[in-house]
Amino acid sequence: MSRINQIAEKAAAANRKLLIPYLVAGDPNLQTTSALMHKLVQQGADIIELGIPFSDPSSDGPIIQRGVERALAKGTTLKQVLELVAEFRETDADTGIVLMGYLNPIEIMGYKTFAEAASASGVDGVLTVDLPPMEAGELNAMMRAVEVDTIFLVAPTTREERVASITEHCSGYLYYVSLKGVTGAALTDFDSVTANINKLRAQTALPIVIGFGIKDAESAAAMGKLADGVIIGSALVEKIGLLADQVEHDAEMLSDTIKVISEAREALDKLV
Amino acid sequence: MAKPEESAAVVDPAVFDGPDASGHFGPYGGVFVGETLIAAVEELAEVYAELSADKNFWAEYDAELKHYVGRPSPLYFAERLTDSAGGANIYLKREDLNHTGAHKVNNTIGQALLAKHMGKTRIIAETGAGQHGVASATVAAKLGLECHVYMGAEDIIRQAPNVYRMKLLGANVISVESGSRTLKDAMNEALRDWATNVDNTYYIIGTVAGPHPYPKLVRDFQCVIGREAREQSLEQIGRLPDALVACVGGGSNAIGLFHPFLKDESVAMYGVEAGGHGLATGEHAAPLSAGCAPGVLHGNRTYLMSDEAGQILETHSISAGLDYPGVGPEHSWLKDMRRVNYVDATDDEAMKAFHQLTRLEGIIPALESSHAVAYAMKLAATLPQDKNIVINLSGRGDKDIETVAKIEGIEL
Repeated sequence: MSRINQIAEKAAAANRKLLIPYLVAGDPNLQTTSALMHKLVQQGADIIELGIPFSDPSSDGPIIQRGVERALAKGTTLKQVLELVAEFRETDADTGIVLMGYLNPIEIMGYKTFAEAASASGVDGVLTVDLPPMEAGELNAMMRAVEVDTIFLVAPTTREERVASITEHCSGYLYYVSLKGVTGAALTDFDSVTANINKLRAQTALPIVIGFGIKDAESAAAMGKLADGVIIGSALVEKIGLLADQVEHDAEMLSDTIKVISEAREALDKLV
Repeated sequence: MAKPEESAAVVDPAVFDGPDASGHFGPYGGVFVGETLIAAVEELAEVYAELSADKNFWAEYDAELKHYVGRPSPLYFAERLTDSAGGANIYLKREDLNHTGAHKVNNTIGQALLAKHMGKTRIIAETGAGQHGVASATVAAKLGLECHVYMGAEDIIRQAPNVYRMKLLGANVISVESGSRTLKDAMNEALRDWATNVDNTYYIIGTVAGPHPYPKLVRDFQCVIGREAREQSLEQIGRLPDALVACVGGGSNAIGLFHPFLKDESVAMYGVEAGGHGLATGEHAAPLSAGCAPGVLHGNRTYLMSDEAGQILETHSISAGLDYPGVGPEHSWLKDMRRVNYVDATDDEAMKAFHQLTRLEGIIPALESSHAVAYAMKLAATLPQDKNIVINLSGRGDKDIETVAKIEGIEL
């Protein structure tokens, strides 16, 4: 059983909602990302989605675009992101790590090299935003061979007859995109999310987590009620954008940066 | 320089019938977009499959090309240019004479008809040189559709007359400040807009790139260039041309000219990429001729300029319309099949050709098309006088006169 499966099962048994922060690796530098990751775990993160910086993030809104630009300004590469995970694993064997990004850096590294390095570094899952299931066969097979989960998105626009082909390729958890748009947009249509999650439940036993547009304790609670967990990205990356580009930050400063995560944890824990 | 006979490919002609049902040209093409857009591209593929099998749709399209665009465009024998090059006869396929001044309108007319059939009320487009933006704004005005054009901030400076033209046509021109602030970033922003407004919006992609079915449908709309050139060659020359030359950025004018000739083994083809400051400097926009590796960007797999970490490289070309790090996936396939020779012309060579054509023929070419002219003149000089070359003169150069003046230190 994969680490993500174990985390999800344990959470389900304890009636705990999964809290999944997203941050861009290397924003504003790799040392700070590392410190933030440990801090996020202390504040109740179950899984961390680590963004692989890419020059052309066409599914992301301006906040994450700027985070990516900061990481790229430091020359952050996929290889370094994998090294960051390996270093994190030296002291944390419990938290799930999912790499989220676009296909080209993986394509240029080579699928096999990437799969082996991801597994060796302690990566638990990979979510490639611009790689839909029908193009994912080869990469998926290689990730499965090294027991790394492959996570896919379902969007409000996803046709019902397509869901089966997505869940067939998906393992770990299913990521439901709450809105039509890019990351960081405003989430307004709670009713359609409810309806769509209910439909998805009938089609898959995978844990379902909701992302896009969750920005505070209130929206985390509203979405957490519907799903097995929530992802918070832009609201966190926006705060990270305020950090100075220095290697050491005082603990209080980092706690303040990730306050949205501790508040979301509290709100999610009150749900049960 | 590659000789035409070197390009003679020994392959099964069926390899030129792509893409397959899932949008692949060999390993290239495909659908690489976020989940939010999948339903939209699938719907477009379904609608296009249906309409493209409908004679009435093509009759409507042909009528627009004839009465609105002004087709057929002439195939013109450039006598003085031929004499100057000193070899094969040079003919120009005059896409510069189309309404809006370039080949782009062949595609925007077709896609606007698709948008209308799909009941979309809002058009978005990306543009580099502004030619596709103008062509999109033009058809949006004609059909009464709302139009938003994404354009890199850098290109807005380089192509000021076209920006004003789009505004006159009622389009909203949105300056894109992210990344390298050129065509690729405009395309990223258009994709973000589409994901947000997918219900009422039709995205008119300007070249033979993007997710399936765009590379196919844009090609189909541009093939009118090659079909006409083929007929005109038979009529005016008495046989098929020996070589075709077209500039390649995303590659829509080139594929439009080449495609109807792909199965004619005697016809050599040259796709001329932007060599910028020279391939050796790294400052160019020539993924095919510079030997770049395949990658994935903007919805398709294709040869792509990216660094060893997979980040897309900034490109350089004197012409905004060629300043793009990728190329349409069908061109990648034609390179692998060795059916088309992909070569380059530098900024300086294009500038020289711009002046030559202007002075020798009284035709001011777009800087994009000047790349094709530059290479064709070199090619002509290596061929005997009984050979015939057709250049796709894809656009006119009025939009570029400020750029040219600036480079030459002339104040207008």
